[in-house]
Amino acid sequence: MCSYLTVGTDITGSAKGADGWFSVTSASVYFDHPYHAPFEHTLNIDFTDPTRGPGARVAVELSAESARELIRSIEAALHAAGTAAL
Amino acid sequence: MQRAEALTAANVNFVGHGGDTINGYQAVVDGDGPYPGVVVIHHLPGWDSPTKEITRTFAANGYNAICPNLYYREGPDVDPDDAAATARANGGVPDDRLVGDVGGAVEALRALPTSNGKVGVIGYCSGGRQAFLCGLTLPIDAVVDCYGAFVSGTAPEGFPLKVTPLIDRTEELRCPLLGLFGLDDQFPSPEQVDELEAALVAHEKTYEFHRYEGAAHAFFSPNRPSFRPESALDGWSRIFAWFTTYLNGSEG
Repeated sequence: MCSYLTVGTDITGSAKGADGWFSVTSASVYFDHPYHAPFEHTLNIDFTDPTRGPGARVAVELSAESARELIRSIEAALHAAGTAAL
Repeated sequence: MQRAEALTAANVNFVGHGGDTINGYQAVVDGDGPYPGVVVIHHLPGWDSPTKEITRTFAANGYNAICPNLYYREGPDVDPDDAAATARANGGVPDDRLVGDVGGAVEALRALPTSNGKVGVIGYCSGGRQAFLCGLTLPIDAVVDCYGAFVSGTAPEGFPLKVTPLIDRTEELRCPLLGLFGLDDQFPSPEQVDELEAALVAHEKTYEFHRYEGAAHAFFSPNRPSFRPESALDGWSRIFAWFTTYLNGSEG
């Protein structure tokens, strides 16, 4: 299916793309056809800085299972860091 | 006469919506013609290699073809997947821009010295709905909708759609429509396909639908797990039969 559903969020941080490191200000999250990953649908995340143009993007396409595992990993890492990470 | 299957393919510029110059991937038949034309509308993931392969397939089978880069404005000089991501984040391509860009591709095909003057439009996935939209709005001779979502049917509650259904405009359809669908698809669901068919019957439109068992969305895509060879092979034969009738022949 084409879900057309994109969940966007403002973020603060950096990502490394084709031209090196850059600051990222936005993340688009959607579950839909991937461009590259060998699955029918994937959980896709685009880390971007829209002010720098379409090329300022770091993209991942994850299977649904691995996306959920990633969420757990992120939560576990933040939890382990305790209040210092909050 | 034996078909040579010779073709020439390259990116070309043409005038699209609002007089803007955009580009497209063009594959033309090497020969004297006359040849009909086909505009290939890419799916939501963008102006990608598999869709360009489809474009070449039409040329190898005797059709001048163009796949317009519908995301040109999002990034003419970036990778197609980056442009697609930007287009998606912006809510997709507005319908009026789509019609203008495909209309420009139609005119570019008709302007080719080898054109026979007839042009069809085919679209996949989100492009299926857009192909139907072109059948409502553009002076074309045939249209093929490959599992286009939201031609009919209403979006689930809370679904932040940027596209609207077109079924209420079925009466405006101005050329024959071929529809190819998977019975395991959710968007469009078999019920939504039935709803569209009922509207076509009600308005006495020329159409032909084929529904494939064991196939879901994107069964034409050889690079995806959804690929269903039997459905795709039959689908390709239906497509060429449709275009032979309405673009090569005297129909339409």
